[in-house]
Amino acid sequence: MPGKLKVKIVAGRHLPVMDRASDLTDAFVEVKFGNTTFKTDVYLKSLNPQWNSEWFKFEVDDEDLQDEPLQITVLDHDTYSANDAIGKVYIDIDPLLYSEAATVISGWFPIYDTIHGIRGEINVVVKVDLFNDLNRFRQSSCGVKFFCTTSIPKCYRAVIIHGFVEELVVNEDPEYQWIDRIRTPRASNEARQRLISLMSGELQRKIGLKVLEMRGNAVVGYLQCFDLEGESGLVVRAIGTACTLDKLSSPAAFLPACNSPSKEMKESPLVHPPSHGCRSTHNSPIHTATGSRLTQNFSVSVPTLIYTGMGSGSAGKEGGPFKALLRQQTQSALEQREFPFFTLTAFPPGFLVHVGGVVSARSVKLLDRIHNPAFVGIMGNTRSYKLLDWNSFNSDEPETRDAWWAEIRQEIKSHAKALGCHAVVGYSESTSICEEVCILSASGTAAVLNPRFLQDGTVEGCLEQRLEENLSTRCGFCHIPYDELNMPFPAHLTYCYNCRKQKVPDVLFTTIDLPTDATVIGKGCLIQARLCRLKKKAQAEANATAISNLLPFMEYEVHTQLMNKLKLKGMNALFGLRIQITVGENMLMGLASATGVYLAALPTPGGIQIAGKTPNDGSYEQHISHMQKKINDTIAKNKELYEINPPEISEEIIGSPIPEPRQRSRLLRSQSESSDEVTELDLSHGKKDAFVLEIDDTDAMEDVHSLLTDVPPPSGFYSCNTEIMPGINNWTSEIQMFTSVRVIRLSSLNLTNQALNKNFNDLCENLLKSLYFKLRSMIPCCLCHVNFTVSLPEDELIQVTVTAVAITFDKNQALQTTKTPVEKSLQRASTDNEELLQFPLELCSDSLHSHPFPPVKEHLESASSNSGIPAAQRDRCSSWIELIKLKAQTIRRGSIKTTVTVEKASPVGDGNFRNRSAPPCANSTVGVVKMTPLSFIPGAKITKYLGIINMFFIRETTSLREEGGVSGFLHAFIAEVFAMVRAHVAALGGNAVVSYIMKQCVFMENPNKNQAQCLINVSGDAVVFVRESDLEVVSSQQPTTNCQSSCTEGEVTT
Amino acid sequence: MRRMDKGVSSKSPRKSGHTPFLRKWSYAGSGCRERNLGTPGSGLEAARPARAVLPPARAAAAPGVAMTSELDIFVGNTTLIDEDVYRLWLDGYSVTDAVALRVRSGILEQTGATAAVLQSDTMDHYRTFHMLERLLHAPPKLLHQLIFQIPPSRQALLIERYYAFDEAFVREVLGKKLSKGTKKDLDDISTKTGITLKSCRRQFDNFKRVFKVVEEMRGSLVDNIQQHFLLSDRLARDYAAIVFFANNRFETGKKKLQYLSFGDFAFCAELMIQNWTLGAVDSQMDDMDMDLDKEFLQDLKELKVLVADKDLLDLHKSLVCTALRGKLGVFSEMEANFKNLSRGLVNVAAKLTHNKDVRDLFVDLVEKFVEPCRSDHWPLSDVRFFLNQYSASVHSLDGFRHQALWDRYMGTLRGCLLRLYHD
Repeated sequence: MPGKLKVKIVAGRHLPVMDRASDLTDAFVEVKFGNTTFKTDVYLKSLNPQWNSEWFKFEVDDEDLQDEPLQITVLDHDTYSANDAIGKVYIDIDPLLYSEAATVISGWFPIYDTIHGIRGEINVVVKVDLFNDLNRFRQSSCGVKFFCTTSIPKCYRAVIIHGFVEELVVNEDPEYQWIDRIRTPRASNEARQRLISLMSGELQRKIGLKVLEMRGNAVVGYLQCFDLEGESGLVVRAIGTACTLDKLSSPAAFLPACNSPSKEMKESPLVHPPSHGCRSTHNSPIHTATGSRLTQNFSVSVPTLIYTGMGSGSAGKEGGPFKALLRQQTQSALEQREFPFFTLTAFPPGFLVHVGGVVSARSVKLLDRIHNPAFVGIMGNTRSYKLLDWNSFNSDEPETRDAWWAEIRQEIKSHAKALGCHAVVGYSESTSICEEVCILSASGTAAVLNPRFLQDGTVEGCLEQRLEENLSTRCGFCHIPYDELNMPFPAHLTYCYNCRKQKVPDVLFTTIDLPTDATVIGKGCLIQARLCRLKKKAQAEANATAISNLLPFMEYEVHTQLMNKLKLKGMNALFGLRIQITVGENMLMGLASATGVYLAALPTPGGIQIAGKTPNDGSYEQHISHMQKKINDTIAKNKELYEINPPEISEEIIGSPIPEPRQRSRLLRSQSESSDEVTELDLSHGKKDAFVLEIDDTDAMEDVHSLLTDVPPPSGFYSCNTEIMPGINNWTSEIQMFTSVRVIRLSSLNLTNQALNKNFNDLCENLLKSLYFKLRSMIPCCLCHVNFTVSLPEDELIQVTVTAVAITFDKNQALQTTKTPVEKSLQRASTDNEELLQFPLELCSDSLHSHPFPPVKEHLESASSNSGIPAAQRDRCSSWIELIKLKAQTIRRGSIKTTVTVEKASPVGDGNFRNRSAPPCANSTVGVVKMTPLSFIPGAKITKYLGIINMFFIRETTSLREEGGVSGFLHAFIAEVFAMVRAHVAALGGNAVVSYIMKQCVFMENPNKNQAQCLINVSGDAVVFVRESDLEVVSSQQPTTNCQSSCTEGEVTT
Repeated sequence: MRRMDKGVSSKSPRKSGHTPFLRKWSYAGSGCRERNLGTPGSGLEAARPARAVLPPARAAAAPGVAMTSELDIFVGNTTLIDEDVYRLWLDGYSVTDAVALRVRSGILEQTGATAAVLQSDTMDHYRTFHMLERLLHAPPKLLHQLIFQIPPSRQALLIERYYAFDEAFVREVLGKKLSKGTKKDLDDISTKTGITLKSCRRQFDNFKRVFKVVEEMRGSLVDNIQQHFLLSDRLARDYAAIVFFANNRFETGKKKLQYLSFGDFAFCAELMIQNWTLGAVDSQMDDMDMDLDKEFLQDLKELKVLVADKDLLDLHKSLVCTALRGKLGVFSEMEANFKNLSRGLVNVAAKLTHNKDVRDLFVDLVEKFVEPCRSDHWPLSDVRFFLNQYSASVHSLDGFRHQALWDRYMGTLRGCLLRLYHD
């Protein structure tokens, strides 16, 4: 019984008029937690009531503290009839439960009503007194920190990364209870909001327990999702990565150790061309399985696909023994775990050793209905939401869902194994539900990890180890983890263009962010593959079968499209790949988004050849050659656009590393263990050359056309779906996060796949164009973390939701930094061919030091000349460099300030933030709260994480037309959601939300009845950030000390 | 029942049902909750077989493949405000007109966007402005609201532009009662001025809103307006003039007065507020800037003696003439007209006890003073000399006891007349 929750209701403002006669309101407040309710006095006749209540005290279990939300209801007192509800505020008090986070929640919260939206604000103060609980068998997990951020949070250091945690809870959806037939829509919505809030709390607590069991203290990359299964219930599931985190006391200290994908760290890889290396060709492994085991003794087996770029490969033996050793080590560390999965997408340096490729698995399931009427009855009870485990009603249920996911995860694991990897990073899970059919998907990137992180031992240990091994060069992660002789799929391997010691594939697909130490040439760009497939309407099993049959073809086509577009951009790697398959009643939609880059370590991609079927037809041939020319032009143009100009290295210098480059032998693939009933199917381009597009029918023609119709963003714009854009590193502090939603109605029934594809393609392209237009005032700018979500709310409707952040950058700086290294390396390439072994390392450190900021050049050079600069030390140096660079940037920014538009509200926001300790008085303007899907805020330092924000809202209207139609309704609702997120963050004392995501936006309308309903689920991490210009005074001493320390360390290690 | 029926004849006797979610949810507002009470689940069962059925009319109705945008929104964490679109919106253009105007501005060529993009962008901005409008009606709300995160500089811009008005419009309604009746005339004003009706309505409603808020308030009119509407000093002064004119119903629409600009009237209003209202004499007392000081107006009758008493009038004339001889280009005209002018000015004062005459103040001033002088082609400098001397020499009239009253009246009137005296 270890907690006391204290709540004080201070005041309200802007309340709606509830009494038409007086144009005023007699408001009072009910404060409810668990079963206890307190009330304030009625404040008569005011729209700005001052309650100034006493402290309401709740004595509760910490289990309840974690599960229950604090529920504040504002009502209008009515002497004669029932009191009218004005609206509610749900406050998640979880952030108050860990020691380092917020200590008090205090501020103005929007009063929200599911029918009317925001109706005024209420000022509330919440505190928690926690007593220590020594009970070992406790059910609560207070103190475990949760982060949505998919990297080690900025002011922490990872001591151990324990691994995968998952949990799911199931409940009846209140919307489908019988009682819903007699209660008001408002009551129904509120029941749902409350239930989901409760379920999230429970889920988080349970995950916390698992983390404690693993001896961790935090969950990073926490991703919680809802499956609205309709009649069969509501599933709330979450995955995350358990870690032991250490709080860093001073920001300077953590820089070398904790390498989160902050802006500073990302800057270090700048743009380094490969020095020189071997050359040959390609291969991208996407390893996919589409299993489909349906419930109810119905099982369809769908072939597992192994996608490959193309069908040839050969072997080299270097690095083999070492790899094996490493594998053994890691294996032992990972094998203890059921699922060696990590939801992280960015890692501390040295964590990621090799990347194998994307692994994904999908499974089609039929959702079951619950037939137990007793269940429904009990759940309808008002105070019933203390979660009744599904078990007590239907013993199968949670197990079923659990088993489904376990099955998929098992498959992923085996795919990873087939790729010679024992871990999966950048792992995520998703579902798509239509009626009773549900597609479960999981995907991640197979990888080999450094075992030291997974066991006890500190990051320092790892760094040392890395020094010994001399392994984690910036190209290390590209090296293949699998055995060349026994490749899981046919692939073209070459020697790494960077170190020339290890083999690399020709193309690399991953779901993670670009590693901080990767060498990239030029800039990246957003690459999307879009695909629609019509499907017959069908019932249950037949429907599921049809979907299962379509899936492999969709995956194949999505992959082909991605590959073609990647080639067209002249790039050779995809990061942040996210393939979303959405099921609708009469179609399937596939949308893959990724960020294409040119990795210096990988070979130059070949072009795209077009071949016709009837070569003797003259005019046809002409047409083909015309197309070919267009494609070649596009590639050339793209190379220029994205500044991809790798140094030309002739084959002779390198020597042909692969004896028989054109050999087409198919190698044995390792069969994934779990797929006994899954036959593997090689849908690789088989006998054809991979990038020959054969135009043999109109379909193919269409494909080629669609390739060419993708319009590049207007000049000054870049876009990517990773955290930041490779090749741009001088972000200014102006950011604009936005959500855009579009719904189109397909107006024809006899749609063809082609027409559908075109519509979908146009929808996405137009949406992007609109974004570019809207944000044109921010040029030069980059849309980062562009996240597309497709849903098919109805037969002929396609809904696309995009959330992204636009960040401006300083154009001149970007050009400077990208050009110098290229020039530099070009010089190098001609002279230093012999010193193959040390050269890449030297290049890295050298070029890194010299170009970005000339003033400190000598300084740096003296530092680097101390030693031969071993590879790993470079990291330390670079992090120290980052610090200087940061400084340099802030100085630079000072001069830039004038160009930044007035729109930037930060001065006021910051000012406000500084006096936040005092409760915001009624006269102050509202403090600015930034929101971003990224894990960092450009030009600022995150000094504190205040806790996770996880909110679920329902909004419904029965006066759609009056609220401006569907657009007006949704526009207002999303604006309100943003407002509520900001208010909660501000009340926690924060001034930004990072890693913000809108996980769900389910919109339904019924214009005939003038109705619409929308559900939105958002999450993120509330943080406190300090602008770097404010930090300047503090940090001015740090570079020197830091420099010294890293220099001395460098000497010691050499 | 299903929303899919929209636009299509729902002759086919299908049962309700769509996705379970929507199906259930559509009960919510349909009023059939109660009806279903008896047989829970019946609606759910019925749905299954119905799902695949599609109205045959549909295929015929929509030949060819096309897509229509149902919903299209953009919401930024910081609310995007496009100044150009805001202006178009304030000017009352419809979305279609605004898009056409934007196309004409050459924005498509500059940005390489398509008309569809422009349309969607304009719609978005219009929607945002529409949502903001409610807050703009009480600007302090805009500052404290949480829904739209707008930088303070932008907030100021939004407010200032929203409350800005067209000179042509304000001249039409200045001094009129801000009532429903006047609102009905907005149609005519719109046709006359070429300002869209929507914009006229906004401006009219702004005047009325400000009027209502400050009507019963104590303290300085300008300060009150500034505090409650967060306007710039300049704009607040203009509104003070508008409110003052509306309250006192000064006639400004007569043909004679057409040559006067809003600025002229605003200038006079400010002088009158400073000197002729209750607030002007006693800031502690019932500080009302809106109403003219009744007592003062009553007292003005006492000035009549200046023209009624023949001796005083002659003395006054000789004092003025002596002082101005040789200094005035139009001396002879002045001398000839002195009695008329003086009578005019004093009579205006004496009549101000009647509301009707207060309303005609500007008409009278123009008729009795500006027009006679103008017809004699007095230059402005001469008018100034004359008025200065005219009011100053009253101090030398021993028989006249209302010096303070005279100064309060003439000080303001002199300022006004000088402003009103132009072509």
